[in-house]
Amino acid sequence: MTTNILEMRGITKTFPGVKALQDVTLNVARGEVHAICGENGAGKSTLMKVLSGVYPHGTYTGDIVFEDEVVEFKDIRDSEAKGIVIIHQELALSPYLSIAENIFLNNEQRGALGLIDWNKTNTEAVKLLARVGLRENPTTKIMDIGVGKQQLVEIAKALSKRVKLLILDEPTAALNDEDSDHLLNLMLHLKGQGITSIIISHKLNEIKKVSDAVTVIRDGKAIETIDKVDVTEDRIIKDMVGRDLEHRYPDHTPNIGEEILRVEDWTAHHPQDPTRVMVDNVNLNVRRGEIVGIAGLMGAGRTEFAMSLFGRTYGSRITGKVFKAGKEIKTRTVTEAIDNGIAYATEDRKTYGLNLIEDIKRNISMASLGKLVKGGLVDDNEEFKVANEYRTSMNIKAPTVLAKTGKLSGGNQQKVVLSKWIYSNPDVLILDEPTRGIDVGAKYEIYAIINALAAQGKGVIVISSELPELIGICDRIYTLSEGRITGEFPIDAATPETLIKHMTMEKAR
Amino acid sequence: MSDLETKPASNTPEGAQVNPSNSKAAAWFSHVIADLGKNGIFVALIVVVVLFSFLTDGILLRPQNISNLIVQNGYILVLAVGMVMVIIAGHIDLSVGSVAAFVGAVSGVFAVTWGLPWWLSIILSLLVGALVGVWQGFWIAFVGIPAFIVTLAGMLIFRGLALVVLGNANIGSFPAEYRALGNGFLTDLFGEFELDPLTLGVAALAIIALIVQQVRTRKGRAAYGQEVEPLVWFVVKLVLITAAIAMFAYALASYKGIPVTLIVLAVLILVYGIIMNRSVFGRHIYAIGGNLHAAELSGVKTRNVTFWLFVNMGVLAALAGLIFTARLNLAGPKAGDGFELEAISAAFIGGAAVQGGVGTIGGAIIGGLIIGVLNNGMSIMGIGIEWQQAVKGLVLLLAVAFDVYNKRRSGGR
Repeated sequence: MTTNILEMRGITKTFPGVKALQDVTLNVARGEVHAICGENGAGKSTLMKVLSGVYPHGTYTGDIVFEDEVVEFKDIRDSEAKGIVIIHQELALSPYLSIAENIFLNNEQRGALGLIDWNKTNTEAVKLLARVGLRENPTTKIMDIGVGKQQLVEIAKALSKRVKLLILDEPTAALNDEDSDHLLNLMLHLKGQGITSIIISHKLNEIKKVSDAVTVIRDGKAIETIDKVDVTEDRIIKDMVGRDLEHRYPDHTPNIGEEILRVEDWTAHHPQDPTRVMVDNVNLNVRRGEIVGIAGLMGAGRTEFAMSLFGRTYGSRITGKVFKAGKEIKTRTVTEAIDNGIAYATEDRKTYGLNLIEDIKRNISMASLGKLVKGGLVDDNEEFKVANEYRTSMNIKAPTVLAKTGKLSGGNQQKVVLSKWIYSNPDVLILDEPTRGIDVGAKYEIYAIINALAAQGKGVIVISSELPELIGICDRIYTLSEGRITGEFPIDAATPETLIKHMTMEKAR
Repeated sequence: MSDLETKPASNTPEGAQVNPSNSKAAAWFSHVIADLGKNGIFVALIVVVVLFSFLTDGILLRPQNISNLIVQNGYILVLAVGMVMVIIAGHIDLSVGSVAAFVGAVSGVFAVTWGLPWWLSIILSLLVGALVGVWQGFWIAFVGIPAFIVTLAGMLIFRGLALVVLGNANIGSFPAEYRALGNGFLTDLFGEFELDPLTLGVAALAIIALIVQQVRTRKGRAAYGQEVEPLVWFVVKLVLITAAIAMFAYALASYKGIPVTLIVLAVLILVYGIIMNRSVFGRHIYAIGGNLHAAELSGVKTRNVTFWLFVNMGVLAALAGLIFTARLNLAGPKAGDGFELEAISAAFIGGAAVQGGVGTIGGAIIGGLIIGVLNNGMSIMGIGIEWQQAVKGLVLLLAVAFDVYNKRRSGGR
């Protein structure tokens, strides 16, 4: 028997057009806490989905050896039966059911006649809750406890399944410091009970605190596995970002003019919980012809900032001032924002950006139908002409503009979204993760479009969690952490190391 | 989630045929097939009509029966116009039958009990319908209660109010001008003839207008480099449509002339067809139904659009109530019973999507006509009401199943 509980050997996983994992090898020793770290999109979650059977055997190549046995999982139930439990970032709990009901969901404690034995359910739940250090009544509904406690319920649920290998995907992303500490201590405690864990995280300080070994993944490849004694932040950061940055980005010669947009003291609160500050006193500006980056990890408040600014489509109790070319403007509704020359292309284009059952033409005209109206009616011939011009100039790969946007690839969908906003003729474009889920070739095209917009004298704000991308295309970068601007760097001063440091900078408490 | 893949950029120049075959006939044929596929509902109507003219030994297509078909189904078609718009936006309206009954009762009070002039009664009744729409639209658009619930409540509320207004009695004997809305005919304006010349004249004008409009659209599209159908098919289609209108007009002309209900309907179809296709409001309705969030983030005032949509539905429900009341010459407590279901069926049979975002006024009208022909044909055959219900239910299910199957095959969402 080897000391490794898990060996993933030469795992390769491809999606159409993208090689998500390339010959990844991961060895996890029995009884350790193993951290996996990497940028967003590096392939960490894909690797864990391969391991847990979300991507079943046969859809990837390579071998998974668990407890000295080659395993072939068909689905997530197979892996759970072996004792591998994954807890996703978005918790999989039913808010209207009690803690105990959630713990034993699909694993109900039955008594006579196969009916649920509620006494057993609740007493067993109490025992499990004690193991994770959560003192709550097992009949309390999930919706009535905080996210930190919900996370613990998930772990209790995993324990009820006799977990041997526990995988936590960014478990502290949504937790405050106290809850994070508790969770990390619990991981160490479970380690004492012989449970092996894998933790996926960006947060370097917590990785240093709990893990015995760190594997860094970049661009779908495992860069190296570092032993606890050798772990330093610098080394991890270098592994995470160290790639060839040349020729991935089109040349960009900035021609920067006067200020076009300034945001002062922008603060927004959570829409359901108005006491939670999501965007905290943000001040920033953009000049004509300038590409400004906002770097922040998931949950830093990037999208929240953009959407609260764009017609208050996110948040509550929003305060702050917006100035365009030195004059104060209001952006209380989307229409007002558009009329004031602001455009916002969302992070999630399928849910928020496009009408997928409609054609390219009607998606492009959506935000500026007024321009096409002649004598009270929409001129559909003109609309066709306009859409065709964008199809050509943006190189949207579709046979005609009458093709439904739902059938386009991610890159082409994004070009349709950009066409829509460019047609609205804005002065400032806010692009939220403009290249997420897009293959490398299309990314280059999107960067070229961004450059062209800046060259026309527009101000462009690019929100991204991919640092090389921001460094490759921006003229200036702000870092955002916990809703606050933690730094501002002219491009010459923006190194991945400094940016990451400021992106993970926590509030002084 | 993996991204949907597109084929590599195809090199076909824009405006090329779907089928690049050199053979003109093949291209022509593929066009006809594509057109038939797109207008499957139209083909279905023709099939149903042909089927029932055989089953009823031709009674179905007798002039009097054709005229009846329009008059008997007029109010359902009026409701279908509003309903398909509501469904495209992703909502539903269960209250239209009750609203029609309520407005019918109120119009009885105006025109009979109070003896107001017929035109004032009609205007006031339509206003009452608008107010009903304001009420429901407020809850749906601004409070955010699902339309299903609000209109389910409305179904009860307005049925109850109709009974209150009627006070356990029927209101009857409406003025002749009011009654014309339901069973009047434009006829004999030029004296009595075997074939009513007015009807034939209107039909001729309609055909000319249609041809002119079609030719202009075709020219416009061609001028902008858009794909146009082969000329031969274009002409064949126009000839077929012209023939259908001519036959229809001949039937009406040899009976009593143009029903007033048909005039109302024609105006509605024309106006709402343009609204849905060519107006910003109509485009916003499709956008909301297709993706509410995307519409909102594109600057569509989604709440306002939803609100006005239900105000519009209220007015159309009121109009349907007036037509029905006028036809029976009686405002009664059972009026409008089950109208909502027929209108909803018409919209879905006509190709509207359950999730919203898809549907047309024309489709809903044809869907309504299919239901009408089924009703009428089975009645002529002497089939009992119980079997009629069952058959109509089955047709609705099959129509939607066909639609779902079609979408899945073409890889829709």
